[in-house]
Amino acid sequence: MSKTSLSQSKPDNLPKPKINWAKVEESEKFAEMVKLFRQGKINRDDFRRFRLQHGAYGSRMTDDYSMIRIKIPAGEVYPEQIEKIAELSESFSIGNAHVSTRQNFQLHWVALEDVSEVMRGLTEVGLTSREACGNTVRNVMCSPIAGVCPDEIFDPTPYAMAATRFLLRNPMNQSLPRKFKINFTCCEKHGMARIADIGLIPHKVEVNGKSQNGFKIFLGGGLGAQSFVGHHLEEFTSDEDLLYTIISVIRVYDRMGNRENMARNRMRYLVNELGWEKFQNIVLKERAVVRATQSVVIKLELDKTSEVLRKVSISSEMPSHPTGFPRWLKTNAVKQKQPGFSIAFLTLESGDVTANQLRIIADIAREFSAEGRIRNGFAQDIVFRWVRDEDLPKLYARLLEAGLANPGALTMASVIGCSGTTSCNLALTNSHRLAKEVQRKFLELKLDEDDDLRDSTIKISGCPNSCGQHEIATIGFYGGGGRLGKDMYPLYTMSLGGRADEKAMLGLICMKVPTKRVIPTIIKIVEIFKSEKRPGETLDSWVHRIIDGNGGPNVKSLNDIKELLKPVVVAPTIDQDKDFYVDYGNDGSYHAKTGRGECAA
Amino acid sequence: MCCLSKEKTMRVTIDADALRSDIRDKSVKVLDIRKEEDYKQGHIPGAINFPLSNLLADDSPDKVVQYAQSFGIDDETPVVVYDDTFGALASRVAWTLQYIGHEDISLLDITFGTWKKLGLETSVEPPSLGKKTHSLKLQPEILATAEYLMPAKEKGAVLVDNRERLNFLEHHIPGAINIPYRMLASNQNVLRPKEELKRLIQNRNISPGSEVITYCGSVGTLSGLGYYALKSIGMENVKLYVRSFKEWNSLEKPIEKQNDANYWDLSAE
Repeated sequence: MSKTSLSQSKPDNLPKPKINWAKVEESEKFAEMVKLFRQGKINRDDFRRFRLQHGAYGSRMTDDYSMIRIKIPAGEVYPEQIEKIAELSESFSIGNAHVSTRQNFQLHWVALEDVSEVMRGLTEVGLTSREACGNTVRNVMCSPIAGVCPDEIFDPTPYAMAATRFLLRNPMNQSLPRKFKINFTCCEKHGMARIADIGLIPHKVEVNGKSQNGFKIFLGGGLGAQSFVGHHLEEFTSDEDLLYTIISVIRVYDRMGNRENMARNRMRYLVNELGWEKFQNIVLKERAVVRATQSVVIKLELDKTSEVLRKVSISSEMPSHPTGFPRWLKTNAVKQKQPGFSIAFLTLESGDVTANQLRIIADIAREFSAEGRIRNGFAQDIVFRWVRDEDLPKLYARLLEAGLANPGALTMASVIGCSGTTSCNLALTNSHRLAKEVQRKFLELKLDEDDDLRDSTIKISGCPNSCGQHEIATIGFYGGGGRLGKDMYPLYTMSLGGRADEKAMLGLICMKVPTKRVIPTIIKIVEIFKSEKRPGETLDSWVHRIIDGNGGPNVKSLNDIKELLKPVVVAPTIDQDKDFYVDYGNDGSYHAKTGRGECAA
Repeated sequence: MCCLSKEKTMRVTIDADALRSDIRDKSVKVLDIRKEEDYKQGHIPGAINFPLSNLLADDSPDKVVQYAQSFGIDDETPVVVYDDTFGALASRVAWTLQYIGHEDISLLDITFGTWKKLGLETSVEPPSLGKKTHSLKLQPEILATAEYLMPAKEKGAVLVDNRERLNFLEHHIPGAINIPYRMLASNQNVLRPKEELKRLIQNRNISPGSEVITYCGSVGTLSGLGYYALKSIGMENVKLYVRSFKEWNSLEKPIEKQNDANYWDLSAE
């Protein structure tokens, strides 16, 4: 051994990834397939299917670059994995990674020829991009605060992990009519159970005096060009029935789902076409058959080992009074159910994070979190759990140094933006950048500190397909194009009142708002709300009061809001305001241009 | 003797252990390509400071021969170059010496920063410089000019842009492929192990016998590293378009771009 090799000195009590999701031969196969494709020995459609199955999307206007989606089951990711993603993003992507709304990491603009190298790198740390795209079961989500949520009945994480383990590479779900999404949440408040193909909320009942773990299961929800809220399958699904239920739903969908019409082949359309009761019956019957005919008893492999928490010792220096700490504490941290520990949320602009920041995040996880890892959140964010309350000021100081201490994580200032025209073929507008602009404006105006806005959300999609989840936002936007005379300008359709919790509903379309008027429009809505609100009322509850028909004398309906906003959204002529006709991040005038969508391939 | 020196030119990189032993034997000249003020704070023992800016001020072959001679480098002197800029600046100097006909030149396979992190010896002593004579035998086969590119490309040469991905997407020489310089390094070394570099090239369907021309943004540093990455895996016919994209652009030659996508807005910087 040469004396000149670097040995990394890291604490030895760090937790290691428990499950290796990777298979190295898949990267070799991918490299081989790219060569065959380039040589014209595989046709485009077959190659596209293969590519998507392995987690690589085409990029905007070109198949020569991919977006690689790295699956992070339950959002749980370890420091060495984060560091590897940082390294891969520098070597093969744009030196940045992106945290998606489904807890994945995404690397954009990777040369098709390098996808196999990224996959190879991922295998070194037990990660995979397999079945992150394509007509498969996508990343199984789980609330980022599961296990520490003050409102949860039990921690669903082991179930999410076990479900992933069962489904990943399972022949049963390699060629579904379309993608399939499973979301576990911790409780009714936090999560997306009602907008997934299968959504699950922990539930407990007494059976013969014995407490039995199980779930409330919701089926057939989902956002898209046409969105639906999921239906409650049955009062209680015991955890013993969980796997049978998942298998049955997937089998019914696989057998009966629409394989012809790409625009209507998500399971929610099947549920809608059959009607809920019929679909529900078919699933329950299927479950009885599955239960009875499995030749071996199959069970979810639940990891029941109890977590060992490390003793953390903080070596970071702390400035005596880090500026901005109270604001950050108020808007980015909450107490865990375990006394003495807090959860800290790190908000990223549209989910983007640099390689260097990822390395710092990995270090912070090692240093500050007693569980020594992080979770990706539901809001393109990153979550540190098991941070001792007294360490929060030091944590904040570390984040501040790295440019990661933006406040407002748990407020309306934390805006969702899909990738939009930065990389997506279907996008009509640069929703990604708009979300960043809105967030910056909110922080500049200190709206994150306003308790009246805290439980409200802004979510922005670059087209009607809902990747930015606009339909569950208090104020949601999806991109399109408008025209004044012969001149086109970018605009958004605005919806109000969406939410994903137990009162889940899709936002109601209010009006069209030109891109360059989105920020003034939001600010005007806040203004109207402030003048109309009743004591203790939040923006979200005010919007719902209006939707429910109980508005005040001045603003009775969404239509009244629309009237008040009309002066804000008037389109000037191109001679009056050239910038109005230009989308964010562009020099020239707006034109709507899209390529073939791959979500549906 | 001739064969031996030929073999030595194949040594694209040298590791720290081998360099330390060569320094003890006094059989090598070491060039430090960092800025003078950094050099003065400490450098590899015996290293001569040759900031890249000095070279770029005048990189005409006659001037480069003068530099070599003043450093005590003759035609047979083994030379090792290093920097603290992931090997890119060192590569540009190495290539220039190679261009005037110097055969025995290697890149230190780590940066000075890593050298220090490893706790290896440094010095603030100025080196002894004895003047030597160096011949001028230009090697035009490792240089590409703007006029050369397109005809070569038509004959099958592969044009490699070593800038970062976003810069490449923004604009590049038509038909170029992108191998960002960051792809070339490993965690510790300025170049990845040979088998990895070979795989990256094979993945791109570039055959070992192809002619490859590397270029980057302005002065041929990142693409100098690209040049040596390809040399390190035994590719024979590699050229550096040393005036790179800056010249290409100023000559108003055709440019290609990835249109209709706002990729810059994905950056968190």
